[in-house]
Amino acid sequence: MNKLLPNEKLDIREILKDIENYHPKRRGWIWREISPQTIGEFTYQQASPGLKNFVALPSARGLKNIDPQPDAVITTEIASGRFEDDIRRMRMAAYHGADHIMVIRTAGQSHIDGLLEGTPQGIGGIPITRKQLRAQRKALDIIEEEVGRPINYHSYVSGVAGPEIAVLFTEEGVNGAHQDPQYNILYRNINAVRSFVDAAESKKIMAYAEMAQIDGAHNANATARDAWKVMPELLVQHIINSKFSEKVGIKKENICLSTVPPAASPTPDIKLNLPYAVAVREFLSDYKMRAQMNTKYMDSSTREATVTHVLNLLISRLTSADIQSTITPDEGRNVPWHIYNIEALDTAKQAMIGMDDLLSMVGLKDEGYLQDKKREIQERSVLMMEEIIEMGGYFKAVEAGMFVDSGEYPARNGDGISRDINGGIGAGTVIDRDKDYLAPVTAHYGYNNVEQYNKKYANDPSKLINGCTFEKPEMIKFIDELDETDNVYLRLDKTEKYRSGGLLKPEVEWLGDGTVVVDLFFATNERVAEAAALETGRKMNLTNVEVIHKEVLHPSEGSRIQIKGTFNFDIEIDKLVLPKVIDIHSEDEILEYIKKNPIKVVAGTAGNDEHSVGIREVLDIKHGGVEKYGIKYEYLGTSVPIEKFIDAAIETKSNVIMMSTIISHDTIHYKSMKKLHNYAVEKGVRDSLILIAGGTQVTPEIARKNNMDQGFGRGTKGIQIASFIMDKHRKMRKK
Amino acid sequence: MKERIDDYNTRRTHLKDMSDTELRSYFLKLSEQMMEPLLDLAYTHTSKSIERSVLLRMGFSSIEAKVIVNILDDYDLLRKGSGHCVYVLSKNKNISILEAGQLIQNGEATEYLLEHFKIYE
Repeated sequence: MNKLLPNEKLDIREILKDIENYHPKRRGWIWREISPQTIGEFTYQQASPGLKNFVALPSARGLKNIDPQPDAVITTEIASGRFEDDIRRMRMAAYHGADHIMVIRTAGQSHIDGLLEGTPQGIGGIPITRKQLRAQRKALDIIEEEVGRPINYHSYVSGVAGPEIAVLFTEEGVNGAHQDPQYNILYRNINAVRSFVDAAESKKIMAYAEMAQIDGAHNANATARDAWKVMPELLVQHIINSKFSEKVGIKKENICLSTVPPAASPTPDIKLNLPYAVAVREFLSDYKMRAQMNTKYMDSSTREATVTHVLNLLISRLTSADIQSTITPDEGRNVPWHIYNIEALDTAKQAMIGMDDLLSMVGLKDEGYLQDKKREIQERSVLMMEEIIEMGGYFKAVEAGMFVDSGEYPARNGDGISRDINGGIGAGTVIDRDKDYLAPVTAHYGYNNVEQYNKKYANDPSKLINGCTFEKPEMIKFIDELDETDNVYLRLDKTEKYRSGGLLKPEVEWLGDGTVVVDLFFATNERVAEAAALETGRKMNLTNVEVIHKEVLHPSEGSRIQIKGTFNFDIEIDKLVLPKVIDIHSEDEILEYIKKNPIKVVAGTAGNDEHSVGIREVLDIKHGGVEKYGIKYEYLGTSVPIEKFIDAAIETKSNVIMMSTIISHDTIHYKSMKKLHNYAVEKGVRDSLILIAGGTQVTPEIARKNNMDQGFGRGTKGIQIASFIMDKHRKMRKK
Repeated sequence: MKERIDDYNTRRTHLKDMSDTELRSYFLKLSEQMMEPLLDLAYTHTSKSIERSVLLRMGFSSIEAKVIVNILDDYDLLRKGSGHCVYVLSKNKNISILEAGQLIQNGEATEYLLEHFKIYE
């Protein structure tokens, strides 16, 4: 499998075939090619070249399906526990504009002393192994060809096996990684000394592989009680990791700060976050900004999370973002589902393109609150560093509980995280290197006495052994499955019927997992509504019914409850009745027919409907509407009374009525269709008229049941309508 | 740390008159000062994970690397470097790197290595 077509599914078994011999196409991080892009009548300044294959934003339907791509690399995190299902999601994500795909590790992997192998299932993430990485990189190598843009693959170099993971990542073509010893120390209770010793080796390896490195400072704001008070410390955490990385040898342009706007509305979001964003970008201007979205105040409302994230995107556009990360709006309630990865990507793309070139029109004030606050945050961070040095350095400060204190430095609340220099996982495990210490490999940090064997190889230690795996990938030892009861093949067998058995089942993360969401409103209080929702789910034959979100609309008038549950039936594809596809004739054929048989249309939006974008699209020559094929039309405008369509058709001697309806409340659109038909009958013209109804909520079958000759739904093109008119006209003439 | 109130205004006296550029330079200078001891520490030390990472690069599997490093650690040989031990065996016994690793895994090389590196002296 080397090439994929959009209408072909990615075959996971094919990806796994011959995996032991696969080597990635390339190493290293790739930024987007940033340059102004002109697409149709629009020019985008903060942009990058478009994709070969893509899915544009929903509203692009009315804009010739344009899909402008912003300048920043866009991240999505995909790790459902089954890497094989994640591969499908990665392909969907790439179509929606992701070019940085992060894989979260399974719970507890950072405490495992060594590498995992095989393909066991994960919890809250994926067990990162050579086989899993290789399969995903192989899939991404194919997907990036398909979309026509390099995809950066990313995971985590942390825990007590950091250096080994960094080697693994280099060998398997991973392009970016989180690496920050502070994360180990503060949040994983891994010994501080061990963390820094290992980090230097990991970073040296990452530097060799030209991986982009992302730090872990954002965790402080997710952990601290009042996230906005930790801002001075965030600057300190950023510079600790960045400076250490730079000194070990990572190029500045590959050192990325994971920076999150710490606060979220209903705090005065921008007022708190913007000075901080300016402070961090000014003080750490040598490095790249990975703008992450806020998770700290996320609840189960996907709507609320999306608004928070759009405000975060505003901060990115008011300052800068080299990598724009996305948080899925469902992260407050579960491990991300397919649809929410895509929603988050679309949110980022839509907002960034929407705010293109913002700073050419508005500017940040260079005096007043913004600058004063920025300066204050910076000074506070400098004071914190002074005190750390005064205390005897970083380890002493960690011991004293200097970090993640909820007081805004220099205020202290005495609730910081304290780690004993001699404590934590891996304490006492670092070893002094002797004078004759040697490591005959590439990208090894620190003291290395190569000269004792060969002076010429001092800068190229692996020459002592004729090269290591970094120069000779064929030396890499591949280990296949270690667990006969937990591996990808068993999982694939279990779901094979959804792959090749002609069956379908709804899913949110794993093939055919059966999970569905039902959104309910009950005219009662929250507590009763919750119980009623669970009972509703059970009566719908769902199992494992759980409430995933609730919102009070009014304490007694009503509550909204979202439930999820498992739908336990398979859908047989063969037995599905698919709506008939309308035959499309060639443009020439239609033009020829209309020339010989002139056809006239009256058109408008029905009743009290002011939406006219859709009807213009299928009428006007400019948009490829029916006019393009020689059909003349009389546009009656919006909110046209039903009777007027018929009267106008009679008056103008038209053959066709095209009635547009957007409003579908209380099935008003279908009622209008019936009325149109009845009035035509009453006037004695029904047999000589072609009645067509269209709109986003129109289902062709139901339109026909309501006496239309044809209905046209979402996404209809002018040529489809023109083809239908031509066929119908021909039949009517024969009669 | 002990609780304390926000004394930012008194602490900042010496920073107040610095320009933004001066403040940033000072911030970067302090960071260099903070990181130096940590870089030295890493320069002169190794760990089991680092040593396993060396063996991976020499062509061993993760399982082999783990066994070799555990054995060498038991005999206090990691301060010479795991790769060093394998290299010396391969060179002096004229066998391949992978064969040398196998010898260590079989427990057939520790005596030789202890002798070679004069570990007990």
